[in-house]
Amino acid sequence: MGIVSPGFQGRPRTQEPALPPGQYLTEDFPVLSAGPTPRVSLDTWEFVISAENGSDHRWSWQELMALPQETPTVDIHCVTRWSKFGTTWQGVSLDTLLADVDTGAHFALAHSYGGYTTNLPLDDLRGGQAWVVHSFDGAPLPAEHGGPARLLVPHLYFWKSAKWVRGLRLKTMDEPGFWETAGYHDYGDPWREQRYQGD
Amino acid sequence: MTEMSYLDGNMLDGPMRELFTVDLSTAMGRCENCGMTGSMASLHVYSHAPGLVARCPSCEGVMLRLVRGPDRAWLDLRGTTFLQVPMPMEQTVAGPL
Ligand SMILES: [Zn+2]
Repeated sequence: MGIVSPGFQGRPRTQEPALPPGQYLTEDFPVLSAGPTPRVSLDTWEFVISAENGSDHRWSWQELMALPQETPTVDIHCVTRWSKFGTTWQGVSLDTLLADVDTGAHFALAHSYGGYTTNLPLDDLRGGQAWVVHSFDGAPLPAEHGGPARLLVPHLYFWKSAKWVRGLRLKTMDEPGFWETAGYHDYGDPWREQRYQGD
Repeated sequence: MTEMSYLDGNMLDGPMRELFTVDLSTAMGRCENCGMTGSMASLHVYSHAPGLVARCPSCEGVMLRLVRGPDRAWLDLRGTTFLQVPMPMEQTVAGPL
């Protein structure tokens, strides 16, 4: 038997992106939900950032769509152990939405139509790390995946990417959200496998 | 895509038996949000989630959340004002011995 040189068998496989610890790869897009799917009319939809000084910044659907749009392609990691590579979304960066908000807060509590909440450090919503997205794979975001619009914060476990997002309450003190008050980790970094409190 | 569906509260019996010896399906509970009292077996349980979320069949308020980690569990009942559990008749205590 001759020695087969590497490279004679065609191009080397492209490097697969790494999976965070304890995750498996899925090709489909599982639907997770902690309650009935809210149906929100675009006529009445709004996104509100409430600063800790009491001032509100509001966007209607038309106003959101008129802002500069971005199309991030990102990997997402669900705490129920599935990960999905290369998902493409369209929406508005939180940098854009926070640009005119005067705040000294360090924390945000995202809240949704239907009552869901999740907390994040405000720094994790800045620096090109987070978006309010309204499209997935070039089509309007289906309600079961969080449409009309959801938060997208792909560097944290996906429960932080609140579906049906309605706004952010900026806070000087951290306030845990729906899953964070029921055993889940306050921050939720998939690369450090921060699933549960104390992880 | 299909609409997310829920299971009825009888499915809580197994997971709750990990924590308590009470048979939850025979218990009554009062919803903190709307005040309705009903069988825990009638709750709407959403299980395609990071934990079990049981909602009031009347107002969809969250009455119970149960998260099961590998070596720990968390039970949040803040949406349940009370649980009424059937008990065996209390033994009548005899007079002072
Ligand atoms: Zn109720």
